[in-house]
Amino acid sequence: MTIKELGKYLRRDIKDMPFCPGCGHLVLLNIVLQAIDEMKLNIDEMLFTSGIGCAAWIPSPNFKADTLHTLHGRAIAFAIGAKMFNPKLKTVVISGDGDLSSIGGNHLIHAARRDIDMTVICANNMIYGMTGGQVASTSPTGAYTATTMKGNTERPFDLPRLVLGAGAGYAARYAVTQKDLLVDAIKKAFSIKGFSFIEALSPCPTQFGRRNNYDSAAKMFKMLKRRCITQEDARNLSEDELKDKIVTGEFSYGRC
Amino acid sequence: MEFKEIESTLTPGNYYFSGNEAVAEGAIAVGCRFYSGYPITPSTEIMQRISVRFDDVDGVFVQMEDEIASICSVIGASWAGAKAMTATSGPGFSLMQEAIGYAAFTETPLVIVDIQRAGPSTGQATRVASGDIMQAQWGSHGDYQIIALSPWSVQEMYDQTIECFNLAEQYRVPVFLMGEQAIGHLRERMDVDPTLKVFDRVKKPGALPFGTDEDDGVPPMPAFGEGEDLLVTGSTHTGSGFRNTDSATAHSKLVRRINNKIMNNREKIIQTDQYYLDDAETVIVCYGFTARSSLFAVDHLRKEGKRIGLLRLKTLWPFPDQLIRQVGAVAKKILVPEMNMGQIVGEVMKYADCEVIPYNQTNGEIIHPDKIIEELRNII
Repeated sequence: MTIKELGKYLRRDIKDMPFCPGCGHLVLLNIVLQAIDEMKLNIDEMLFTSGIGCAAWIPSPNFKADTLHTLHGRAIAFAIGAKMFNPKLKTVVISGDGDLSSIGGNHLIHAARRDIDMTVICANNMIYGMTGGQVASTSPTGAYTATTMKGNTERPFDLPRLVLGAGAGYAARYAVTQKDLLVDAIKKAFSIKGFSFIEALSPCPTQFGRRNNYDSAAKMFKMLKRRCITQEDARNLSEDELKDKIVTGEFSYGRC
Repeated sequence: MEFKEIESTLTPGNYYFSGNEAVAEGAIAVGCRFYSGYPITPSTEIMQRISVRFDDVDGVFVQMEDEIASICSVIGASWAGAKAMTATSGPGFSLMQEAIGYAAFTETPLVIVDIQRAGPSTGQATRVASGDIMQAQWGSHGDYQIIALSPWSVQEMYDQTIECFNLAEQYRVPVFLMGEQAIGHLRERMDVDPTLKVFDRVKKPGALPFGTDEDDGVPPMPAFGEGEDLLVTGSTHTGSGFRNTDSATAHSKLVRRINNKIMNNREKIIQTDQYYLDDAETVIVCYGFTARSSLFAVDHLRKEGKRIGLLRLKTLWPFPDQLIRQVGAVAKKILVPEMNMGQIVGEVMKYADCEVIPYNQTNGEIIHPDKIIEELRNII
């Protein structure tokens, strides 16, 4: 969609976007709005809840809808209250990986377990961007960050598997570089009655890239394009070949 | 500001409730239709009764994964248009503090019932205390005001729960019912009137949800789903809700207004009970369960002709500074008995120009009237 076409979904007073050059979140903003546009959803009847961090600024204040910008980690808990009292609200949570899976991890798994009718979109940039690039629960092993100068010794969460294990009916992972696939996945998530989860890999050249040899937006996008493969492609690769890859796709295993 | 009169949900008459049951019934009567909570002694009976009774009134009940999720979902429900509440005790109240600041800053009406137990930490979960009084006022970071009431009977657990919701809706502010284990678990007779007065939040379509012309005003409050494209944030915001995190004026204006809307209306908000103050040389300033023991002690010593009076604080926050000034100007001594190491006594010392004597007990037991009589004999 062009900026002009997107305009009808944005608040009139929005003059600029808060994201750094090359940030994937602006691409994700576009992708979410495209899914809404293709489904002909009335954005005025939607509630977008977000936590704290760069990704929380995707819906708030930009979207011309009810937007609830909450506390760090608690977006899902706020959204549950609104949704349960008024089930007519089409409820979407858009927030970051640290927000949703680290400080807010408990709310994420319990919302999946309860099968609350909402879509959670996790913009995963694999790092704490807003605070200056600290390691996250989603940072790859070995990643250099402001708090792992010798490389991350821990393992990242596999977010779709985490929420499926907790009972989510639908979970998908795509990078913002896989635009059409991601739009389709979000549309599917929006159409499902119950808890649905989207992990959207979104590059952060400013904090992640510059510490990990991807010091430009172009390099980060190219890296994601190279590493993100479909589940079908993954079946033909050896374990050694898979090490460097991120398997994307829909992970709808039904109830675990 | 308009109150409406509605019929009671319970059949009018006498009931023999526990304090916690009375809270649940008061909430239902005033129109609370969203409750979310987490089990914690000694408040759990409130949640249990709500979970059953909400079936009768089409209320929405959810038991959340922790107290943080409980208070956050209460805020979300309030913005969806609900009169919403949660109940907890000390450890849960501590977990809720960050979200309480959010509710104050976003001017979200809600009610939190804190059935206080002996702390700090896990302390004595089944024993009484009033250790959370300062936490209610100062628990979250930054400058904000809340309202806190202190019930002394099962009747007041019912009446003040109704009052809490009316104040929350009127001033768009979190309101706390600072109960104590001894009141929560006490059973005694209470009356239900045929009707009650109820205040519902003001709506004015198109008006700024976070701005008024007066610097101490309360803005109207729309709900999600009403087509207002609401913009709610815990960051410093303009009247329409836009984040404004670099303007000195925007921050100062908003913080002053959310403080002033309570402080400038405090004479309307504050309620007290006064006994024998006209000729009292010594005055007990007290609240909660301790006021029961204190009144017994005062009545006892009045029979001996001792000039003792009693001021019971039904409202703890905002603090009745003017009244304490007046009492302190006339009385020679003020005694402040509390089930803590001395919390409200510090406030009394701030405003009373006379000798102020603390009496503190923190052993998980109520203060027996004999102890107050003994202390009064020592000081008069």
